[in-house]
Amino acid sequence: MSEKILEIENLTVSFDGFKAINNLNFSMNAGELRVVIGPNGAGKTTFMDVITGKTKPTTGQVTFKGKNLRPYAEHQIARMGIGRKFQTPRVYQKLTPRENLELSCAASKNVFASLLGRPAAGERRTIAGLLETIGLVPKADILAELLSHGEKQRLEIGMLVAQSPDLLLVDEPVAGLTDEETENVGSLLLALAESHSIMVIEHDMEFVRQIARKVTVLHQGTVLCEGTMDEIQNDPKVIEVYLGTEETEHVE
Amino acid sequence: MTAVETKSQIQPDLTPRKRKSLLPEIITVAALALVFIFLAPALLNLMGQGSRVNQLGRFLALAIAALGIDLIWGYTGMLSLGHGIFFALGGYALAMHLQLQLPAGQIPDFFNLYGVTELPLFWQPFYSLPFTVAAIFIIPTVVAAILGYLVFRNRIRGVYFSILTQAALIVFFNFFNGQQKLINGTNGLKTDTAQFFGALVSDPRNQTVFFVLSVVFLALGYAFCRWLTSGRLGRLLVAIRDDEPRVRFSGYDPTWYKVFVFAVSAGLAGIAGALYTVQSGIITPKAMDIAFSIEMVIWVAVGGRATLVGAALGALIVNFAKTLLSEQYPEFWLFFQGALFLLVVTVLPSGFLGLLSAENVLWLRSRLGLPPKLSTYPSLEEDLEVQHERKNPRN
Amino acid sequence: MLANLLEGLFNGISIGAVLLLAALGLAIVFGLMGVINMAHGELIMLGAYTTFVVQNVFKGLGSPWSDFYILFALIAAFIVTALVGVLLERTVIRFLYGRPLETLLATWGVSLILQQFIRSVSGQFVIGVGLFCALFFGAIAIISRRADYERIQAWAMAILLPLSAAIAFFSSKIAGDAFKLAVTKPWFGTQGVDVTAPKWLRGGLSLGTSTLPYTRLFIIALTIVCLLGIYWFLNKTVWGLRIRSVTQNRGMSACLGIPTQKVDAITFAIGSGLAGVAGVAVALLGSVSSNTGQAYIVDTFMVVVIGGVGKLVGSIMAAGAIGILSYVIGSNAFGPLFSGSPFMTSVVEFFATASMAKVVVFALIVVFLQFRPAGLFPQKGRTVEA
Repeated sequence: MSEKILEIENLTVSFDGFKAINNLNFSMNAGELRVVIGPNGAGKTTFMDVITGKTKPTTGQVTFKGKNLRPYAEHQIARMGIGRKFQTPRVYQKLTPRENLELSCAASKNVFASLLGRPAAGERRTIAGLLETIGLVPKADILAELLSHGEKQRLEIGMLVAQSPDLLLVDEPVAGLTDEETENVGSLLLALAESHSIMVIEHDMEFVRQIARKVTVLHQGTVLCEGTMDEIQNDPKVIEVYLGTEETEHVE
Repeated sequence: MTAVETKSQIQPDLTPRKRKSLLPEIITVAALALVFIFLAPALLNLMGQGSRVNQLGRFLALAIAALGIDLIWGYTGMLSLGHGIFFALGGYALAMHLQLQLPAGQIPDFFNLYGVTELPLFWQPFYSLPFTVAAIFIIPTVVAAILGYLVFRNRIRGVYFSILTQAALIVFFNFFNGQQKLINGTNGLKTDTAQFFGALVSDPRNQTVFFVLSVVFLALGYAFCRWLTSGRLGRLLVAIRDDEPRVRFSGYDPTWYKVFVFAVSAGLAGIAGALYTVQSGIITPKAMDIAFSIEMVIWVAVGGRATLVGAALGALIVNFAKTLLSEQYPEFWLFFQGALFLLVVTVLPSGFLGLLSAENVLWLRSRLGLPPKLSTYPSLEEDLEVQHERKNPRN
Repeated sequence: MLANLLEGLFNGISIGAVLLLAALGLAIVFGLMGVINMAHGELIMLGAYTTFVVQNVFKGLGSPWSDFYILFALIAAFIVTALVGVLLERTVIRFLYGRPLETLLATWGVSLILQQFIRSVSGQFVIGVGLFCALFFGAIAIISRRADYERIQAWAMAILLPLSAAIAFFSSKIAGDAFKLAVTKPWFGTQGVDVTAPKWLRGGLSLGTSTLPYTRLFIIALTIVCLLGIYWFLNKTVWGLRIRSVTQNRGMSACLGIPTQKVDAITFAIGSGLAGVAGVAVALLGSVSSNTGQAYIVDTFMVVVIGGVGKLVGSIMAAGAIGILSYVIGSNAFGPLFSGSPFMTSVVEFFATASMAKVVVFALIVVFLQFRPAGLFPQKGRTVEA
């Protein structure tokens, strides 16, 4: 058994009495690719908010590489090695893809390093390589706001990788993408999984089947069950609350 | 990945994005500075408009403050309505030094009015010129850094930040306005009757020096801001403007960046305040009027935000418009200014320099019968067929 | 001592009541629409001037009427400022939704125009501006019915604008030359104007050694009435429900058939109207000039910042706290407490002026925001940082 990269114990998050996350326990091994699914309102996004420090847990704790994350702010958690991709792509619109990647890639992120430092040769090579991986070489120097939705999704994944995190949190990476693009992103994630721990939140079952090794089902803020895709699909609890029949699932 | 199939043809581009050579820009700025120093006063004098030289000098000083506003508003998206504080702090620092140019043992006249016989403690260091020169930009910088830290630390931003800076402005105004015994309250400090290097401050020789200093500092300030915004820091400021929460998840702490840039812009305002004060001959708490601080923003908006040239240009244009209009029709200046705010926000959001945008240049070129200079994806540019079509547009 | 304390409390509350009344409209517009209206102070000023005009009209009507002009002034001020507010919303602000900083600058421009308007409005001025508006917008309205309007729009504007401006300018000039002072004299001018409280509001309620002025009591009562009215309107009426629904989800509300533009206009009208009511209160307190609005704007913003967005309770508590603190510090009410230590006495006295009290209150606000950056009653949940 490899070591745990992320452990969550008895996590509860409540907003004005409403429990978005309710006594949740979860753990992930280093190097794992985990898919988290769950119906709308299951608390998936809040779950990510808590891990990345955007929302502080009401009770319980999140441990990353053996460190309790509660006292740290978002940017500190990001520097510790947790990268996040948002549901709708959030790239810096008024910068070029290359500049976007440069910002994410920079080794030192304090004010004076940003002011005085010039990107090192190694960084530039990384960025050039990344641009190639995400297929944005021809558009590396136009403003990111001019990119298509799919290109922005890829750029954001690229930014995530540029941060070289140990754990990648990816929120609905294929929402709004064509089938072909979905498959691209899928193989990109699988390639990344060779060297990173990744948690993916996704609705698209086709896509989940493509990439999933182990799946966690969230429901009403708690873990409903965990297992391989087959186990999940045959679990009566899951069928009851979420999958229903497969046909209806595809409609969603 | 399909999109990467062309990988073999495209060599990974290892050079950083080609930074436009800075040399032409440096030469232009230096040339402009020389024009302002040697030609502008001479020209104005020739036209019998000698008094305008002083105005020009003052407005050049204001342009320095505009650069600072542009840094925080145009680039970083923070709308400060309290830059009058820093402007006044710089002005007061220099004015205090000038007031102290007295024979030993004397204290400035106004103290006698309030029965103060001993120089207040905080005046003492301003005897020293080096201290004063440092104080002109260090005091505003430090005040801004503290204020900024307290505000940004708590992620107070947007309009809340604007409102708080405005409240801070009122506070400083009240303080300076109410403390007669310390700094002559509402009457302010006069500088034109003080001695400076063996002559009156209002002496033409000294005024020329201040004019030249304004030009030099504007050029230096421009160069500094240009350097600041051209590197990674500049891009990060833009990133903070467009999506601050996202910046945190990239591992940056926006707080320090904002504190830094707010402090820098305060320092610029301080320098502007000092240069403006010696050329207008007095500094009063009116420099911390609510209206004046918002006016600074409109200079930048008129010129074109997020373009440093626009900021400086806007400061000059608006202020000359203001003098001309309020000389002719004093009651209409406010109407005009109000309309300017409305226009710049609704119709001309990127200011005068925005008129030079790509579309308008394209339109102008087409009107002049020049071939359009299109910019598309680089791969398209290299396409022979496209090139052919461009050369023979009529087909 | 107890009487002192009570008097201090009363004065503080009455300062707070004016603040709250002034901030109420701002809080509604900002809380519900996210719009910072820098011209809010000028709307208050307009309300005060309306009171002045109503007072003068009723003076002409004689005794029974002139005693109750204040009630009519309340209605008139509400209507006038609400109309100005709607005009402002329809012509400027609605193009700037979602861009709060731009709105702030634009409304500042409006506030400058309103200030200068009050100073220079005269018969001549009205003729000029009225004629210009009638000519220009009338002509545009006629031309816009033509089928080829799109094509000739730019040309029409280029001709009509200078033409109508020139006609308006010269006719107002001619009117000025013909009737001289009768039309050129500014109605209000730059000097302040004074409103005298009706008889039944003069004097005060004696309470031991101190008196509570009736005007202050009236303002407190007015504030309470306005608060209850707003609470009732937002929570118990159809339009209140619509306003709240648009605040929470504009797109969904539009889909459900709620006329969101109308809702915006109504919200803005109410916020502005409340500024007018506050203007009546301000007029009762002292002389009114074109700068009156400026004096209130920063304080009222502070109330909104401290109170937190979208909660009336927050505004009430913030206004009360700022009012009481300003009074207590400014009037040196606690001076006697420090009589033991000369150092503390001098410190307390140093701040014991209205303007230095502001310095202290602001410092306290900044300290407060270190602990509660989102105000007294922050909004929680996922939607906060959308």
